[in-house]
Amino acid sequence: MRKTLTYIGERVLLVFVSVIVLFPIVWMFLTAFKQSRDAYSLSLNFQPTLQNFVTVFSEPWNLGSMVLNSVIVATVTVAIAVPCATLAAYSFSRFRVKARKFLFFLILSTQFIPAVVIVLPFFLMFRQLDMLDTRLALIIVNLAIVTPFVIWMIKGFIDAIPTDSEEAAMIDGASRLRVIKDIVLPVAAPGIMTSSIFCFILTWNEFLFALILSRRDAVTLPVGLVSFRTEQGDLWELMSAAGVMITVPIFIMALFIQKHFTRGMTAGAVK
Amino acid sequence: MQERLLPYWLLIPAFVIVLATTIYPLAYSFVTSFRAWDLTQSRRPEGFVGIENYIYAASEEQFLNSLWVTFIFVVTSVALTVVLAMALALLLRRKGPMHTFTRIVLILPFAMSPALIGVSYRFMFNPEFGVLAKGLGAIFPALEGVPWLADPQLAMGILVLTDVWHWTPYMTFMCLGGLASIPRETEEAARIDGASNLRIVFGIILPQMKGVIAVMAVLKTIFALKMFDQVVTLTGGGPGTSTETLAYFIFNVGFRWFDMGYASALAWILTAIMMFISIWYVRMLLSEKKMATA
Repeated sequence: MRKTLTYIGERVLLVFVSVIVLFPIVWMFLTAFKQSRDAYSLSLNFQPTLQNFVTVFSEPWNLGSMVLNSVIVATVTVAIAVPCATLAAYSFSRFRVKARKFLFFLILSTQFIPAVVIVLPFFLMFRQLDMLDTRLALIIVNLAIVTPFVIWMIKGFIDAIPTDSEEAAMIDGASRLRVIKDIVLPVAAPGIMTSSIFCFILTWNEFLFALILSRRDAVTLPVGLVSFRTEQGDLWELMSAAGVMITVPIFIMALFIQKHFTRGMTAGAVK
Repeated sequence: MQERLLPYWLLIPAFVIVLATTIYPLAYSFVTSFRAWDLTQSRRPEGFVGIENYIYAASEEQFLNSLWVTFIFVVTSVALTVVLAMALALLLRRKGPMHTFTRIVLILPFAMSPALIGVSYRFMFNPEFGVLAKGLGAIFPALEGVPWLADPQLAMGILVLTDVWHWTPYMTFMCLGGLASIPRETEEAARIDGASNLRIVFGIILPQMKGVIAVMAVLKTIFALKMFDQVVTLTGGGPGTSTETLAYFIFNVGFRWFDMGYASALAWILTAIMMFISIWYVRMLLSEKKMATA
């Protein structure tokens, strides 16, 4: 009797948790498909429409250019940060370099510098160089946040690879770079992939830098959300449609790396 | 290339990035924090004013208010997140289809843009047509017509709620990682002896999770101190200045009023707080590791 009660209680709690987590997301998705008069009612009985998506992609919202900005900024940031971080992670993992502890500490602590401190000097510098409102500016500052994070994540994955086959190959006369390319990279690929997706998610969702450094041309999706706040009030159905555009690619990626997700998230923090 | 120097070559690209994108700006804003520089007045920095910016901060009411707001936000959001994450992890520890489903669902909030989270909670708590404002009003008549985001305390509460919603899943996964690494024998022995669930959790599991909980709390504190996006999209610091956190206040000083010297000084005060906590955090991790290998 008691056992069945605990059994049922546990399931009820699990359902409750799932509802709390899913509700805001589901509500946003529903609103995105509502006509504007339905968006302000709570009724679930509405005629679904794709009109909001058509509207946000046309003048004056131009969500398309924001999507493009977000894709370019996130992709280039990943393309620069991940290879550099992989090399550094390998070095940290396999060699006893001088002042290793200090360098360790340096990288780990840069993760904790508030973004607002970093963006201030960059704002002044980009202003001087006439680089405000460019994608390049956003890529540069995003590297600041992402690189230390990825180094630690990838290091966690490389640490977990046994060194035996590397040593065997070295004895056979292979150079270190060869070993990295032919032995380490293939084994570490899933970990590096997971880290890349993490890095992509962080950059994709980044808000503060884009808010300060972009005006019109380089605006990314999260900052674009703010533009649906007009003098006529907040346009919720359009905001929701834009929200769906921000979330769908990221949710797909997150579910894709679902198994590694836990490990990846804790690797950077606990390792 | 010399094999001996290879480890250093491998480090160089990443270090160039880190030095250029974090250490340099940090040094730059440190120097700026001792200058007067109103960007609306001049394009170039004006003279050095010593620690005047810092002295001004110590007596400025809005800064002290933002410190207080940040303190309240950090304490409540950290406490709630850590407790909920621990409870959730205990609930999710067993295997089963419902458990797996919930675990997958939990990935979503962390992947969601915090700016968007702010926007959607603002929508749901709109007193006229927000689904949560209306729903809560229907279930609890006392909450009918409450102007959620226009009330200082409630606005703070919702700000904390968005942050807890965003971070609890991540922390739950950390807890699950911790729970998986503690041996089950003691727990099973206690169960055979007829100990209650409550006793097992408080007497056996939680003491062994002390390290993980401490790491979580410090980590969450750092994230909470940095929290910025939802302030912009949910409350805009309001009503009044009741949700104006330090990060948001710095943003205002720097990018609305363009007082670069003062903004830099404030940014360094925030950095100092974070550094203090970070060093403490890294120390804790290193000693944890020692314990683990010993």
